[in-house]
Amino acid sequence: MTPDAIRESVRRVLHSIAPEADLDSVGPGADLRAELDLDSMDFLRFITGLHAELGVEVPEADYRKLGTLDGCVSYLEAHAPAASSP
Amino acid sequence: MPSLGADMDAGTLVEWRIAPGQTVARGQVVAVVETEKGAVDVESWQSGVVAQLLVAVGTKVPVGTVLATLEGAAPAASVAPPIAPPALAPPAPAPAPPPPPSAPPPPVSTGARPLASPAARRRAHEQNVELASVHGSGPHGEITVADVERAARPSTPAPPAADEALPAPPPAPAPTPAPADRGAAMRQAIAASMARSKREIPHYYLGASIDMGPSLSWLREQNLSRPVTARLLPIALQLKAVALALRETPELNGFWIDGAFRPGGGTHVGVAISLRRGGLVAPAIHDVDKLSLGDVMEALSDVTLRARESRLRSSELSDPTITVTALGERGVETVFGVIHPPQVAMVGFGTTLDRPWAIDGLLGVRPVVTASLSADHRVSDGHRGARFLAALGELLQHPETL
Repeated sequence: MTPDAIRESVRRVLHSIAPEADLDSVGPGADLRAELDLDSMDFLRFITGLHAELGVEVPEADYRKLGTLDGCVSYLEAHAPAASSP
Repeated sequence: MPSLGADMDAGTLVEWRIAPGQTVARGQVVAVVETEKGAVDVESWQSGVVAQLLVAVGTKVPVGTVLATLEGAAPAASVAPPIAPPALAPPAPAPAPPPPPSAPPPPVSTGARPLASPAARRRAHEQNVELASVHGSGPHGEITVADVERAARPSTPAPPAADEALPAPPPAPAPTPAPADRGAAMRQAIAASMARSKREIPHYYLGASIDMGPSLSWLREQNLSRPVTARLLPIALQLKAVALALRETPELNGFWIDGAFRPGGGTHVGVAISLRRGGLVAPAIHDVDKLSLGDVMEALSDVTLRARESRLRSSELSDPTITVTALGERGVETVFGVIHPPQVAMVGFGTTLDRPWAIDGLLGVRPVVTASLSADHRVSDGHRGARFLAALGELLQHPETL
């Protein structure tokens, strides 16, 4: 999966959680929790949503690596299942 | 029209989900009502056969108004709530139906409510489109605004806004409040309820520091083995601990009605949920003391999501016997809660922070949360409140027992 496709997935999941937010205004290195006003329940939904979209199960200890858009993309790229898997 | 909390005195019927002659089960969603808290699914308090729908779609009616009558149920039942909260609602219109169901019954054959975004729902009402007849093209078949517009096109233009005194059906739907209006209406409702609380309830406030170490390490361990969809948050433990601690001090769980305390018919914990566009609702999770932590977590995710999508059920808004608010996410250390009338207590959790903590004469660093209790002095005293907080703190030292 390309980084662009991953970024698109991340944005899609974020949009479903914070539909009123303007994701274009969120910088690639900006703190997602702060920018989008995500509480721990929202963030858990984000993690669950990424799992549903990309099949990546993020352990709790790695949550902090997904704090920014860029962080999400590099983490998910490294952990995404091989393209052949369903 | 059920009361959906002490801060509501009227609602607009926006959709009937039943028709005369149809059989309904207790707990079945029979109508959708628009309130300042968003659209709410109204559940029937009775099983029976629908005799008559008495209120037309688009009509705004006060709490307590009989919306429909049922036959074949226990004595002349109505689709109305058993208890309206005091002071705001007119007397109950029908012979006392039984208490509300503690859990919604399984879905009935009328089919699930069509999936639709709040915006699509609003558009559907504006355009007089029956949602059930619209084909949803969104994810999971969700109906989008575009779907509604497509469905609306061949029909005649929407009728003008309905008169106040709307005659019998066929109804002309009144426009649903725009989000901005709803925000203002919700603010007014919160203002009315909180002003009443501060006017009538002699609050007392207690706070206690609780070591969250045992709970958090237990939780970390648990979450390692739980799939991502079943992970627990600390708030699930806190809610369950509150519910169990209330067994020690039942006088904090219930209502102050007509000058007397009435114990809650269960431990239905209202959870304060801030809405993303502003405002606040506190729907109940029913019987929290009897749920497993996994079930508490699931119920919490479900109700949070539906609160934000404006898809709550009437029993969730009318049933809370106590409310819990957790402002910890925002860095707040201590919550000084305002009790939600007619409830008699509110529990607050602040941020869990690493703090110096003395254990056996030695100083260590522990994750510590300040739990607070606001309670009604007409019902309990600080001594009992302190006992509740002590029980709460003790329970959180033994997360495996929750």
